[in-house]
Amino acid sequence: MLVIEKNALSEEIESYINTYGNDRSALLMILHEIQNKHRHISEFAQQEVARMLNIHPVEIYSVISFFAFLNSNPKGRNIVRICQTISCDMQGKAAVVKAIERELGIKIGETTKDNKFTLEHANCLGLCDMGPAMAINDQVFTKLTPEKAVELLSKVK
Amino acid sequence: MELTKQKRTGPVIFSDYKRGDAIRKVITMSREDILFELKNSKLKGRGGAGFPTSTKWMLTAASKSDKKFLVCNADEGEPGTFKDRVLLIEYPELVFDGMVAGGYTIGAQQGILYLRGEYEYLLKSLQSYLEEMRKDNLLGKSILGKEGFDFDVSIFLGSGAYVCGEETALIESLEGHRGEPRNRPPYPISTGYLGKPTSVNNVETLCAVAHIIIKGGQWFCKFGTDKSSGSKLFSVSGDCEKPGVYELPWGTKVSELLELVGAKNTKAVQIGGASGVCIPKSQFTRTFAYEDVATGGSVMIFNESRNMLHVLKNFMEFFVDESCGQCTPCRIGNVKLLEGVEMIENGTYTFAHINKLKELGRTMQVASKCGLGQSSPNPFISILENFNDEIFNSANGGKNGR
Repeated sequence: MLVIEKNALSEEIESYINTYGNDRSALLMILHEIQNKHRHISEFAQQEVARMLNIHPVEIYSVISFFAFLNSNPKGRNIVRICQTISCDMQGKAAVVKAIERELGIKIGETTKDNKFTLEHANCLGLCDMGPAMAINDQVFTKLTPEKAVELLSKVK
Repeated sequence: MELTKQKRTGPVIFSDYKRGDAIRKVITMSREDILFELKNSKLKGRGGAGFPTSTKWMLTAASKSDKKFLVCNADEGEPGTFKDRVLLIEYPELVFDGMVAGGYTIGAQQGILYLRGEYEYLLKSLQSYLEEMRKDNLLGKSILGKEGFDFDVSIFLGSGAYVCGEETALIESLEGHRGEPRNRPPYPISTGYLGKPTSVNNVETLCAVAHIIIKGGQWFCKFGTDKSSGSKLFSVSGDCEKPGVYELPWGTKVSELLELVGAKNTKAVQIGGASGVCIPKSQFTRTFAYEDVATGGSVMIFNESRNMLHVLKNFMEFFVDESCGQCTPCRIGNVKLLEGVEMIENGTYTFAHINKLKELGRTMQVASKCGLGQSSPNPFISILENFNDEIFNSANGGKNGR
């Protein structure tokens, strides 16, 4: 990481601290912001957050490793989550997953070579009445067919 | 996005309500009167555990502290549950008016809506709704001119952990820690968020409160059964013609619900989500009620073509994924139960081992620290017992007749 990038990241984290405060209870909101912007929370970011909140970096790592939506390793620019719960499963989730895997050339849990997509399973998106469902970043899509799912992905930048 | 508003009708939650009504009424009442009205209504928590709301609020109101919190639990992670999504999209007025009324009753200054990470797409509209409420003085300082009644609501976004629906785990994550449940007691009503008295209520509970304040506890009791008053929202999914959210009075028969949603050739119904129980056809005459089949509202319907072992495997994979790993019965128990399901699938099981696993399940029900591990063996035990024939005695030699 370049010094200039480090400085930019530090400034960014500082701005989150200004918004949410430097209490431990602000931690998840801050991590969420970093995650949203960079798609991962790097070791440097963890150290900076720890320094500004005055807690040990390992505390930050332990929180990140706990939550499904936070990660310390880089992921693709867009995260695709397909609901794997039984309601979506019964409505044809497997065919949708297979179609997406074929189209992107990766398996669940992997990232495309161009770093555009990371493909994951999600545990119940709360769209059981309109399955199969998937989320692309924070947007959700329902009543998927293999064709529709692939078409949606092709529209993503 | 295809999530649009629908015209809904129902006895309580989906009955007519005008934004701000409950707040206007509540500031004219004394705390004791509100608690009395809630006690009269016999309202119980709608998240699934069914703790009486009036008791929870009375205890929180009685706790002495300079600061108190009211948390609305919208961490709706139970598989097959989506009523809170509908309430937050279509009835935010009920949710937030319920929160303000609750804040007034328990003496809290701050409300927190804990929104699950999967519902991030709702964040913007909810925030602009709160902004409107602030403009109309339904939130903020001296609400509607009531001197000394300050209350505001902030939204906290979860990060994808099922266990955070458990109230102490939810509070842990609010405080910036791993979402691991705490030992209880102390209960959140005395030692909650930041060590202050905190009441954690389900979205649907708060919606019901808004109606009860306007129409009274007596009116609420007109619906439902003696022990389970009022109505319940059911999130119906699976093999039926009209999946969706339905409001029905407690005491409705399972078969009545199945007919209403157009379910045909139904073999099994999983009630209460993955952590609930699975009932076979012979029990469809049972009723939804705290005293019979209690539920947080999830109803998943399976028809004759479904493989129940596959259903069970899906549930157990879910629990292995979502166990927080803090206590041993849950962390290891769920893995063992899943292994058992896989053994049945591969035909490498022995009955002695399966019986041991059922026993392990019953141990987990008493030895786990929180509701997750206490309820995760439910589907394992109920599916293996209720669908014993299909799973073990299928005609095609252990292939689990489909």
